[in-house]
Amino acid sequence: MKLTSRILTGSDAFKANRAAHLGMLDTVAQAAALAAAGGGDKAMARHVARGKLPPRERVADLLDPGSPFLEIGATAAHGLYDGAAPCAGVIAGIGRIHGQEVMVVCNDATVKGGTYYPMTVKKHLRAQEIAEECALPCVYLVDSGGANLPNQDEVFPDRDHFGRIFYNQARMSAKGIPQIAVVMGSCTAGGAYVPAMSDVTIIVKEQGTIFLAGPPLVKAATGEVVSAEDLGGGDVHTRLSGVADYLAEDDAHALALARRAASHLNRAKPATVQWQSVEAPAYDPEEILGVVPGDLRTPYDIREVIARVVDGSRFDEFKPRFGETIVTGFAHVMGCPVGIVANNGVLFSEAAQKAAHFVELCSQRNIPLVFLQNITGFMVGRKYENEGIARHGAKMVTAVATTNVPKITMLVGGSFGAGNYGMAGRAYQPRFLWTWPNSRISVMGGEQAAGVLATVKRDGIERTGGTWTPEEEAEFKRPTIEMFDRQSHPLYASARLWDDGIIDPRRTREVLFLSLSAALNAPVEPTRFGVFRM
Amino acid sequence: MFQKILIANRGEIACRIIATARRMGLATVAVYSEADAHARHVALADESVAIGGPAPRDSYLRGDAIIAAAQATGAQAIHPGYGFLSENPDFVDAVEAAGLTFIGPSAKAIRAMGLKDAAKRLMSEAGVPVVPGYHGDNQDPEHLAGAAEAIGWPVLIKAVAGGGGKGMRKVTRAEDFAAALDSAKGEAATAFGNDAVLIEKYVEKPRHIEVQVFGDGSDAVHLFERDCSLQRRHQKVIEEAPAPGMPAEMRAAMGEAAVRASRAIGYKGAGTIEFIVDASDGLRADRFWFMEMNTRLQVEHPVTEAITGVDLVEWQIRVAAGEALPLRQDQLAIKGHAFEARLYAEDVPAGFLPATGTLAHLAFPEGARADTGVRSGDTISPWYDPMIAKVIVHGPTREVALQQLSRALAETQVAGTVTNLGFLGALARHPGFAAGDVDTGLIERDLEALVVSPVPSAGVRAAALLASAGLTARPALGFTLWAPLARRLAVRQGDEVTEGLLTLDAEGPRITVEGERLVPPALPVVQAGGLIHVFDKGACHSLAPVDPLAREASGGAAGNATLSPMPGLVKAVFVAPGQAVAAGDRLAILEAMKMEHTLTAARDGVVAEVLVTPGTQVEAGAALILLEAETAEVAA
Repeated sequence: MKLTSRILTGSDAFKANRAAHLGMLDTVAQAAALAAAGGGDKAMARHVARGKLPPRERVADLLDPGSPFLEIGATAAHGLYDGAAPCAGVIAGIGRIHGQEVMVVCNDATVKGGTYYPMTVKKHLRAQEIAEECALPCVYLVDSGGANLPNQDEVFPDRDHFGRIFYNQARMSAKGIPQIAVVMGSCTAGGAYVPAMSDVTIIVKEQGTIFLAGPPLVKAATGEVVSAEDLGGGDVHTRLSGVADYLAEDDAHALALARRAASHLNRAKPATVQWQSVEAPAYDPEEILGVVPGDLRTPYDIREVIARVVDGSRFDEFKPRFGETIVTGFAHVMGCPVGIVANNGVLFSEAAQKAAHFVELCSQRNIPLVFLQNITGFMVGRKYENEGIARHGAKMVTAVATTNVPKITMLVGGSFGAGNYGMAGRAYQPRFLWTWPNSRISVMGGEQAAGVLATVKRDGIERTGGTWTPEEEAEFKRPTIEMFDRQSHPLYASARLWDDGIIDPRRTREVLFLSLSAALNAPVEPTRFGVFRM
Repeated sequence: MFQKILIANRGEIACRIIATARRMGLATVAVYSEADAHARHVALADESVAIGGPAPRDSYLRGDAIIAAAQATGAQAIHPGYGFLSENPDFVDAVEAAGLTFIGPSAKAIRAMGLKDAAKRLMSEAGVPVVPGYHGDNQDPEHLAGAAEAIGWPVLIKAVAGGGGKGMRKVTRAEDFAAALDSAKGEAATAFGNDAVLIEKYVEKPRHIEVQVFGDGSDAVHLFERDCSLQRRHQKVIEEAPAPGMPAEMRAAMGEAAVRASRAIGYKGAGTIEFIVDASDGLRADRFWFMEMNTRLQVEHPVTEAITGVDLVEWQIRVAAGEALPLRQDQLAIKGHAFEARLYAEDVPAGFLPATGTLAHLAFPEGARADTGVRSGDTISPWYDPMIAKVIVHGPTREVALQQLSRALAETQVAGTVTNLGFLGALARHPGFAAGDVDTGLIERDLEALVVSPVPSAGVRAAALLASAGLTARPALGFTLWAPLARRLAVRQGDEVTEGLLTLDAEGPRITVEGERLVPPALPVVQAGGLIHVFDKGACHSLAPVDPLAREASGGAAGNATLSPMPGLVKAVFVAPGQAVAAGDRLAILEAMKMEHTLTAARDGVVAEVLVTPGTQVEAGAALILLEAETAEVAA
């Protein structure tokens, strides 16, 4: 049951791996620090001079002292818009208020006045999606000028654009998921609907404003000259209009009022799983950096990672002698029972069948699934196609797609091709998807992609009697390889919210626990699987 | 031996007597006043009887009620403790008349020692040294001057009827005597209506050393001395046994004198002979004089118990039951050194004013004996002595015992009232005291240094801030992916608010106070009664968490105009232009919809204009009264 590590922590390989991971972690940490700094010192100084709290302090003061904060999209929009929107201009994540988990969405007005870039919208919607799937009350700390006008075409019109925010609020409220807004700055135009669509709204005196059209637009439209405070300030909205419910003296008071509002939600977590008492792994999670090779192409035993993540390093491996390139089994993460599906090589038919079987088991038992994804794809070749690897792969994909137990996916290595699908990639809607700094994601490897294109090109040249030197071929392949390298990097992926964030591999346990704990706020619906191609 | 005894007392001494009685297998009966119905001594006793109201004269001084309680419960003997009825010979007579046993000396012995002058004469006759002095009726100045000369300078002139230092003069030279006598007599006549004075030897560096005696009616032993020199206005603060620097021959001389004194009156039970000692040349066998005898168990008896191993209450009960003295003099020896500190609910910086309060928390350290009559949650009421406990330590040497005392005081935790713990701690660390250089004037001389109001250190505030966060051991406490969150916390002490930032990292919580990032020290913290009590070096710092909701948004820009909330008739106007009003003050009454609506000032200000008079019919939203614009608004 208890896993035994075969790693020598004093070995050169261990040290080299660790050094490589620390380098990658440093890159991510720098990006995260850039994002956390928001709009920079000058903008922050202006923000604070207005009597406002810095956005991250707002989040901290809203949450319980000592609350964890599972941040979503901590490096969103990294490298996008010429770096104009650190953290996509909005902080999102899960923390605790009076012990209950909530989703916090906090505009960062130091970033272009908190206006919504395309990634801002995507991040806000992703946070709402998590909240809806996990039945987490939402607290919106609003301080935003609305849509970012130069980007209006990518922000306003489509289904998953700005309007979806209010649609989500209405749908969540209808499901009994509380929506609380704290207006700590502007809520202009469409933004006005965030507080207006909330169940409970708090507004900060002489800071918060809510109006469909601001004073300049009003003047342009009707000639009426009116101050922002008289048009839609806290006094107006709590006394005259009723758009907001509570008037706060300042940010700190508003956050305290929001905490009080959250204390009256009368919610209890459904009992879905049998929690056990927490036990530390027998192997130090710190060692993950040394046991996982720095180079994705070097194979290693995924059980070395599992041993450093699960309680007591205890792992009840299921079907250990069958389909060995996938590792399945039961364990606990900080007391929460989980079924783990982990890659240990390329997927064969047996492995796919075993994984489908195991997903069925967990679905029967209401055990959340954890996918540790490190997959180059399904095995290719005549033998495998002929034995129906696509059919077996489809079974796995069907099981993963249709199960209703919470799925948490962790990219611990490669995520390539159809392996991504079977291992609960983003399209398979895991409750959370996290990545390690060493992970790579693309439809196939850069070399392979360039090889495919080169083969097509060579066929064309040779058909017309031409020749193609190896040098010419290498030159042809180079841009493709470079493009794949760039685009498969986790910072590139996370910037576009293909995942929920990059994490420190050593904190995998905590991230999994917080993800599971958040996910288990929602009752688990019984699973009805699709047709399995037998 | 008795089967059941009644304890005619309360507080720590009642609890202490009950403890010994229980150990001896005796049943106990407590008596209590209305204020003490839930007191510790009542809870500890096997039975209890209510004897009246909270004032001592209505309960603990009511001998008849106490004797009736003993008879009703079948108690055979009454232990009086100290104070209250313990030295009241009439009570002793009444107890015996009721067929019960008084655990203490005879009424005769109490009477003999009750009159100070008579007692001194008695002792003098028994060969016990008494302070040289003239106590005679001849008030002729010449005669008094002669008496003073015979006693030897310096002398003290005291009013016979005196007290409180009135009519008291110290005279060091013969040529000053006449003038001093004149003014002393004048003052005495004014204050007491009696200008009679007595002359006593003035003791330059007085020490208060007392000898514990024990008699069984025929024989008596002494259990060595106690030094009670650390006093403040005649209140003992810290007592110790044996006396520091006591030469063996002086101890023997004092012990013998004390035993002689006891035998002289056929003393039965525990008693204390108080001596005044002149320590100006160190302790000398010819420089101690009888002051008085206390015919009861003393508050400070535990230090004697500590160094002799004798349970004095047990002896009291056994001797009262007719047994002979349990040990002979040659079987008694001093082992080690003991201190007792009296822990009081009192406001030391305010001049040692007695304090009251509910003890939110009370805890004593291991390794010290704490005699107490209260528990966490009990109230120190104004009806009785505000003593919380006696903290007693016993060590092999004085030096060790003093360190134990210092530590025990530092680790004693009292929350809910001010105490003299800090003062006691400062005393225990006093270099002169540590050197054994004690006298009754030490405290007054160094009062300023001893009375310190403890200011909470940054560490104390950090500990309080952390406690205000109420962190519980949840999994993933404080986890963040990359940037740690800094959570603001605030606590207040009076009007002073301390803000801090809480961050959590792998090593645990950190608190940033005044720009300094601290590991909150692991100080004992108790949360009770809505306060956070942090104990640090014997001081209890009580801080309150700041409730961020303890304020109400004042409703935006409170306008200058008071508007009519609905159509109605102005019934009355209470203000006139120029009048200052405070927020909430009544401005006018509006009658509408059969109701009278009081209109109040939305903010503090000065009335600028009254726009209506009683009888005016107004529309909704009509301005009724204008306040002068606020200066800040004008400036803006």
